[in-house]
Amino acid sequence: MAEETPWQQALRYTNRANPYPFYAELRKTPVARQPDGTYVVSTYREIVTLLHDPRVSSDVRKLPSRAAAAVEPGAEPITEAVIELEPNIITCDPPEHDHDRRMMTRHFFGPADAPHQISDLEPDIRRIVAGLLDGMRGKTRIDVVDEYAYPLPVTLICKVLGVPLEDEPRFHAWIETALDALDFGPEAASEEMRSRLAGARRSVKELAQFMAGLLGQYAERPGPGMLSAMVHDGGPDGRMSEGVLASNAVLLLFAGHETTVNLIAHSVLTLLRHPEALEELRRRPDLIVPAVEELLRFESSVQFWHTRSAVEDIDIAGTTIPAGAPIFLVYGSANRDPQRFADPDRLDLERPDNQHLGFSQGIHFCFGAPLARLEVQVAVEEFVRRVENPRLVADPPPYRHNQIFRGPRHVLVDIDGIRD
Amino acid sequence: MRIVVDLNRCQGYAQCVYLAHEVFRLTGTEALTYEPNPDDARRLEVERAAAACPVRAIMIDRLDGAERGAAS
Amino acid sequence: MTLAATLAELVSDFRANGRIVIVGASLAGLRGAEALREEGFSGSLTIIGDEPYEPYDRPPLSKQVLKGWVPAEHTLLPRFREVDAQWRLGVAATGLDRVARQVRLADGEQVPYHRLLIATGTRARPWPNPAEAALEGVFALRSRDDAARLQRALAARPSRVLVIGGGFIGSEVASVCRELDIPVTLTERGPAPLVGALGGVIGEIAAQMQRDHGVDLRCGVSVASLEGDAAGHVRRARLSDGTTVEVDVVLAALGSIRNVEWLQGSGLAAGPWGVGCDAGGRAFDINGVVTDSVYVAGDVARMPHVLYEYQFLAMEHWDNAVFGAEVAAHNMVNLEPHYRPHLSLPGFWSGQFGVNIKSVGVPPFGDEIVFTQGSVKDRSFAAAYGRRGRIVAAVTFDHGKWLEYYARLIEQSAPFPPPPPGWDRPDVMEPVPAEFPAPGVPTAIPDVVLTGHDPNERRAEFRPRGH
Repeated sequence: MAEETPWQQALRYTNRANPYPFYAELRKTPVARQPDGTYVVSTYREIVTLLHDPRVSSDVRKLPSRAAAAVEPGAEPITEAVIELEPNIITCDPPEHDHDRRMMTRHFFGPADAPHQISDLEPDIRRIVAGLLDGMRGKTRIDVVDEYAYPLPVTLICKVLGVPLEDEPRFHAWIETALDALDFGPEAASEEMRSRLAGARRSVKELAQFMAGLLGQYAERPGPGMLSAMVHDGGPDGRMSEGVLASNAVLLLFAGHETTVNLIAHSVLTLLRHPEALEELRRRPDLIVPAVEELLRFESSVQFWHTRSAVEDIDIAGTTIPAGAPIFLVYGSANRDPQRFADPDRLDLERPDNQHLGFSQGIHFCFGAPLARLEVQVAVEEFVRRVENPRLVADPPPYRHNQIFRGPRHVLVDIDGIRD
Repeated sequence: MRIVVDLNRCQGYAQCVYLAHEVFRLTGTEALTYEPNPDDARRLEVERAAAACPVRAIMIDRLDGAERGAAS
Repeated sequence: MTLAATLAELVSDFRANGRIVIVGASLAGLRGAEALREEGFSGSLTIIGDEPYEPYDRPPLSKQVLKGWVPAEHTLLPRFREVDAQWRLGVAATGLDRVARQVRLADGEQVPYHRLLIATGTRARPWPNPAEAALEGVFALRSRDDAARLQRALAARPSRVLVIGGGFIGSEVASVCRELDIPVTLTERGPAPLVGALGGVIGEIAAQMQRDHGVDLRCGVSVASLEGDAAGHVRRARLSDGTTVEVDVVLAALGSIRNVEWLQGSGLAAGPWGVGCDAGGRAFDINGVVTDSVYVAGDVARMPHVLYEYQFLAMEHWDNAVFGAEVAAHNMVNLEPHYRPHLSLPGFWSGQFGVNIKSVGVPPFGDEIVFTQGSVKDRSFAAAYGRRGRIVAAVTFDHGKWLEYYARLIEQSAPFPPPPPGWDRPDVMEPVPAEFPAPGVPTAIPDVVLTGHDPNERRAEFRPRGH
């Protein structure tokens, strides 16, 4: 068996807690062809270049027969399951992308002349965060993921979208099942991963059906939130087809909290690993805004993205990516690229010129970034301010399986109490 | 406070508009205008907006309150 | 002591004890001053500006200020570091004596310098008939005071505004008028708005955009005269096609004039074209020989650009003022081989009629244009300009996220037409003539003549044309 490439090694579950040494190796070949024909791009400059190159497609339908290609076998079924959905804004190209995103923007952020809906959520965010921290009173050990990082974003995205919070256990299970089955690495072929796939396909379908059902209800009877508003949108861009709407609703629900969960969990974890930074932030709470940018750079919630492909031959960094080749852009590596960030493995809460790719760049720039930033700023600021003497119980903590949406499954922390 | 946006760098991501819509506004989908000398009370909003800019096009005065030395 | 050591000592002595004067207290002057301090210059620094204000930013003036959202005095530029300078504001420089190394001010003072940075920029070209220009209600737009005056006039809800000239300023003002629901007529001598900057193909799109927004656009027409009422307020414009327009506000948006008059007799290569300099911002003297002590930055500088066949270009763009000043400042406190060139790709933007128009490169350098992405009908597209088979510029309408792709192609002198995008292809992707007007013959350019017979004594001399 051929020796594994740095990319394949980075994807191994045993390296989930620290893929960075493998990224460093990977960056020695900025655009690296993998045995399966995928081109993995790991350096900052090349990723930014490709994010703005109109010869790169994000449309999974344009991926040349992923099923037939020698793509890692494990990824096929779930990718197919996703393809069975209509494309969402991450997986389509202009002009459809521009049109759909414009319409979603109006409903997510508010009217163009006063897009205040997200910034108006700050009091809600503060109230939820305060409640979660109050709930930890009397405890000596907490799980930052289950008790803090997860409840905040899921509560908010349900409110914004108009998804009933009581359905959370159901969609949470579907999403977990799907996430745990997606694998792009050498372990995809393992017995265990294969066995997860059938369930994952079913979960994706059930989630899509759930969402379609909800949209159907709103079509009959308007309700609160963005989904209902989109169903009834008769605005300048016209109505989205049911399939596209359902697909984007799934995306918003999933991406609207999973990435934020990981970001909050990683932020706490990272600060507990860097006591001097934690202390600095405690002394100077105004640092929270640049601090969160650095945390976004340091542990990016979306490590890479996998739906792009070259529509034409593209010459880059001494390599030609041939037309039809899948392209993976590894944001997690770009954000540690020493050619772009001085001393990239150092956490610097006041890092100047911190133009990280934590939310990507170009037309597919993270749709929910302003909401995520507000949530994480408040969550981290308040954690630092109120939790007394937090200590990591296990380092590294156990990680979730997923490689793209990388994050700890639990972060157990011993605490002395909760301040007012 | 004083700010300036390098509109050559700006690519119309509108992150600033969503975080500080009293200071930053879009005309249409991409053309940004803004209040270059916003009230000090908006400092947190503006700092959030500047930090959120994907191309770091928003620049904030670094001499806040310090002597600018210009007779005016 | 070695020569290298002597030179190094010279540089450090100058940085500690030198005397630098910057003439021009706008964007380039301010960023130049900050860059000098950033470069470690701790000597004496004087900044001279003819306006009484601290450096302010001009792009908002024709947009949010005119609209009445932002007061004109809210445009003060942020500072990025202390400059510790003597500011001489509200007093113009009126002369330069390069032998004595002194700048003469309007109040008679002489300011000595070791090194000088010229950043005097441009001013609005006034309406050519002085009596008509003096009518109440006739405006130009360049300064903060101009903008405040014009804003007040628009806030008074005039019955109709006449904008003379369809360049960027004229078009932006027409756009603001329509946003304020004020009737506006725009006259443009050329076949369409923006033709000088972007050519006739794009100009035609801009023209349609203006008409769709209710601008009474008159192309191929000039204004013959302005007429006032008994109280001296402008009331009517007579156009070259014989028609008249009843108006009570007129904006003369006739382009700019470079502020070089104060350099007359200085022996620099200064004229209506600006101040000639090398790509490091070092001014040329009248003979085309580079000087050691005089530098130029911003709108008034004209320098060669490697990507454009080394042609001398004056770029009246915001980032040209910033980068040009930073480069000039660096070179003012360094010696060869530590000089830096100002090589950034020109770029500009204009917000009008709800569309963000952006460009990189030098569009008028191209003779062909091809639409590369998006839809002209939706006014959301990218287009590239080419010359002799290579891409030299690009323009986008609400497609700003793609512009850096074209910037990279231009920097690499990539082939024209560029490779097609993978999706969202325009209906027509054939290059067509870009339709730039033939370069006009400027009338006010002085003759430059050579004097002397002995080759060693030959010198250039300006012979200003009478006017």
